[in-house]
Amino acid sequence: MTSAFETEGLVKRFGTTTALAGVDLSARTGTVFGLLGPNGAGKTTAVRILATLLRPDSGTARVAGYDVVREAYQVRQLIGLTGQYASVDDGLTGLNNLVMIGRLLGLPRRDAKARAVELLARFELSDAAGRAAKTYSGGMRRRLDLAASLVGRPQVLFLDEPTTGLDPSARTDTWTMIRRLVADGVTVLLTTQYLEEADLLAQDIAVIDHGEVIATGTPDQLKARTGGQVLEVAPDDRVRLGEVAGILMGLTGAAAETDIATGRVTVAVADAAALPEIVRRLDASGIVLAGFALRKTSLDEVFLALTGHRAKHEQAPSGGRGQPARPASAEPVPAAAAAGSREAEESHR
Amino acid sequence: MTAIPAAVPTGPVAAGPAAPARRLSPLTGIENTLTLTWRSLLKIRTNMEDLVGLSLQPIMFLVLFTYVFGGAISGSTHGYLQYALPGLLVQSVLFATLGTGLMLNADITGGVFDRFRSLPIARWAPLAGAILGDMARYMISVAVMLGFGMVLGFRILTSPLAAAAGCALVLGFALAMCWISALIGLLARTAQGVQVFGFTVMFPIVFASNLLVPARTMPGWLQAFVRVNPMSDLATATRGLMTGGPAAGAAVKSALWALGIVVVFAPIAVRVYRRKT
Repeated sequence: MTSAFETEGLVKRFGTTTALAGVDLSARTGTVFGLLGPNGAGKTTAVRILATLLRPDSGTARVAGYDVVREAYQVRQLIGLTGQYASVDDGLTGLNNLVMIGRLLGLPRRDAKARAVELLARFELSDAAGRAAKTYSGGMRRRLDLAASLVGRPQVLFLDEPTTGLDPSARTDTWTMIRRLVADGVTVLLTTQYLEEADLLAQDIAVIDHGEVIATGTPDQLKARTGGQVLEVAPDDRVRLGEVAGILMGLTGAAAETDIATGRVTVAVADAAALPEIVRRLDASGIVLAGFALRKTSLDEVFLALTGHRAKHEQAPSGGRGQPARPASAEPVPAAAAAGSREAEESHR
Repeated sequence: MTAIPAAVPTGPVAAGPAAPARRLSPLTGIENTLTLTWRSLLKIRTNMEDLVGLSLQPIMFLVLFTYVFGGAISGSTHGYLQYALPGLLVQSVLFATLGTGLMLNADITGGVFDRFRSLPIARWAPLAGAILGDMARYMISVAVMLGFGMVLGFRILTSPLAAAAGCALVLGFALAMCWISALIGLLARTAQGVQVFGFTVMFPIVFASNLLVPARTMPGWLQAFVRVNPMSDLATATRGLMTGGPAAGAAVKSALWALGIVVVFAPIAVRVYRRKT
């Protein structure tokens, strides 16, 4: 299997802040690789290094086998980059923005124009082609930025939070576009804060936090490791919170968390089949419910669960640093175990 | 380290280069620069404020200085116009060099430079393109100033050729000054930072000179500064080349100044620029 891009032990510091603390990534050609993490996790730094905009302090990064530092010129011929903030020239029209990129990439004037027209049509910007980009709406600018990164028909496309700040329909459009690109054979590195987005698009995901990869795997593997879904139960009478927690733990085998302030008990649910039994048991105990909701695991919960998991593994002598990132265990860790280890860690404090 | 590229996937991607080129040819760098110069020129056309600023500012300066100060300084507005126009020419072009820094700064903060840097183009092309493109802006400024000055009664008393040489000298000096502006644009965090530089550095340099008034009435210490201020030489040379009087010595001096500024600031600007890369 060829890697479209890979990093090994990537380290980058800004002053005293460590943005990346030894990151290993590897993306299969022709797939979407999702880099998931909260703000400040190091996602953008990793993208900027891969896109030759930043030099790593140590470690290596390669795109299609080319080193991003020593062979930056080759790398630049193969990549497209769309940053978090649309980097289009406000003073130029949409058309000229794209023609400029085409010309810079060495296309003859006529070809550059043709490519620009084609991309504008594809991104539904034809009507605005002759207007200065500064008159564009946020969504239009993003589309123009995306179009600009595609002028050179890149093999590897870096999309740094391409949907942050977009409205839901614009977000769906972006997803469709990404799927089409991948169908054409492009490898996409997608950074996002949204679990849902990575889930929908990525074949492989790496979760990073504080500059470290804390989990990798397919979306299904990650979800299995973090419990997948969360059940929230709020008894009408808060006095009975403890009782509710007991029932939930008994039936799911997972650790329940009681939030007295909001009067809710939450528990990870690996198997939705347990729900009818939970309702029956609560009813049998005469607990009147003010709230009962099943929702997807939020990113916060994923991180909480994953950080707990990592803490357990850091004690192991084979930390896996310097090795290509792989899930610590190929087998999905049962949610209960993950949640249990989190609780165990918390009880140590 | 193997330099074997990954298998090129099928589909539209295959239309791209099978194996990327190893090195950028100097010719490509020149092509890149011309493309980016074209970009700067397009921006003048689409950016009305810039165009208005470039043309209105010289007119405003001309009218204000000629009719507000002219009579008081020279006894007659026409006499002052003959004296001040070459100086105003220098002044408005120098202020216009701030645009170089502002544009570079906008490119950096707006992310346009990131895009350029992710493209397989010559590293220096965006810098060179911005500066070349700005020359066109300076020419607009010079043309408006001279044209409107003529309408108000300014007359070239030497020869068209000498006057053209005067304009060329001003433009050449501006080309040198825009390296300083570029450096500031690269270093400043915001556009305001560039503006602040303009006011705190450009104003004293422009006004503590013989650009607008002869230095005779200034106190001694100021006269000393005016004498070493390269703007004074530039204005004297331009004045000489347009309305007569000794010009050769001042012209040579300002050309040397311009050269010195380029020698000092161009490498620093390029270095800072590269470090950003």
